[in-house]
Amino acid sequence: MQLQIITPDKTLFDGNAKLIQLPGTNGSFELMENHAPIISTLRNGKIKIVIDNNITEWIHINSGVVEVLKNKVIILAEPSLN
Amino acid sequence: MPNLKEVRNRITSVNSTQQITSAMKLVSAAKLKKAQDAITRMRPYAGKLRDILENLSQSIDSSEGIYSRQRDPNKVLLVVVTSNRGLCGAFNANVIKRANLAIETTYANASATGHLYVLTIGKKASSFFSKKSGIQHIASHDELFSNLTFESIIPVAEKVMQLFVKGDVDKVDFVYNQFKSAGSQIITLEPFLPVLPPEKSEQDNQSVSSEYIFEPSKAEIIENMIPLSLKTQFFKVLLDSHASEHGARMTAMHKATDNASELLKNLKLSYNKARQAAITNEILEIVAGAEALNG
Repeated sequence: MQLQIITPDKTLFDGNAKLIQLPGTNGSFELMENHAPIISTLRNGKIKIVIDNNITEWIHINSGVVEVLKNKVIILAEPSLN
Repeated sequence: MPNLKEVRNRITSVNSTQQITSAMKLVSAAKLKKAQDAITRMRPYAGKLRDILENLSQSIDSSEGIYSRQRDPNKVLLVVVTSNRGLCGAFNANVIKRANLAIETTYANASATGHLYVLTIGKKASSFFSKKSGIQHIASHDELFSNLTFESIIPVAEKVMQLFVKGDVDKVDFVYNQFKSAGSQIITLEPFLPVLPPEKSEQDNQSVSSEYIFEPSKAEIIENMIPLSLKTQFFKVLLDSHASEHGARMTAMHKATDNASELLKNLKLSYNKARQAAITNEILEIVAGAEALNG
């Protein structure tokens, strides 16, 4: 699925991902292919992006919002200060 | 007739001034391009944020949040944004004038009771308001423009939001130059807090919103998103002012270069006239001398 992580001044990630683990406000959750449409807020934590079986990326955010629609994931993130 | 040497000196000095102004114009043009790119980069983010907020607020009344509480404006904070450097025409003077106008008219009550606070961003405003009486200059954040990133504005935006939430101020307004194009900036007084409820658009967003799962509830999502959207607004104001500054400086320097060319043209004319007069004089003297010898 398509994943975009954007902040007001840059794009932190843009590409395909197999699995995304997000720090949701109510607890961590994961997104996989064909996830139902969802809008959720994120709290301070790490986003885990599994791009391929052996490539994993971590991105730290302070807070944010995620929107999933038709295999397109957009994360509006407030970057972490450190 | 002006002195030849004097005119020559003036030509040299105007020439070097012109070189400086045209170089500054080029530098501003390059910086303007960068500042405009930053605004463009932020657009998808701001657009998406607004989409989601509008989508959510269709079904939720968000007027009761901590950021949207309407209170009588007894204590007012003005955030005045200017540039750190001069040589950009009336750019800074206009902002300061607009801020003063607001202090004297719209917020006369607050300033009479000594509850008018000013937070300045940009050296020009800081030096003006730190000396002005009748207001309380609470802080200046001139350093933001030296490295304008979203991360760097977060602490300042949060500070302003905290002042509002704690009730230290009842209203926060921005005074800044909105960026329209390189040639034109619009002086704007823009409300920041309390947050106005987003306009309910007439479009039928309901069908879209019902497809989504919301986690946590819609109301909580809005509550979490408002600070994010406020920081984005704060960042946009600074980006706008930054781009406007370079636009204004580019225009001012362009005019200065043009004026210098005009001045040079006139100076060269009078230089040539003076030179010609000197030559004519010399010939006259030689001829007169020769006549005297022959006579």
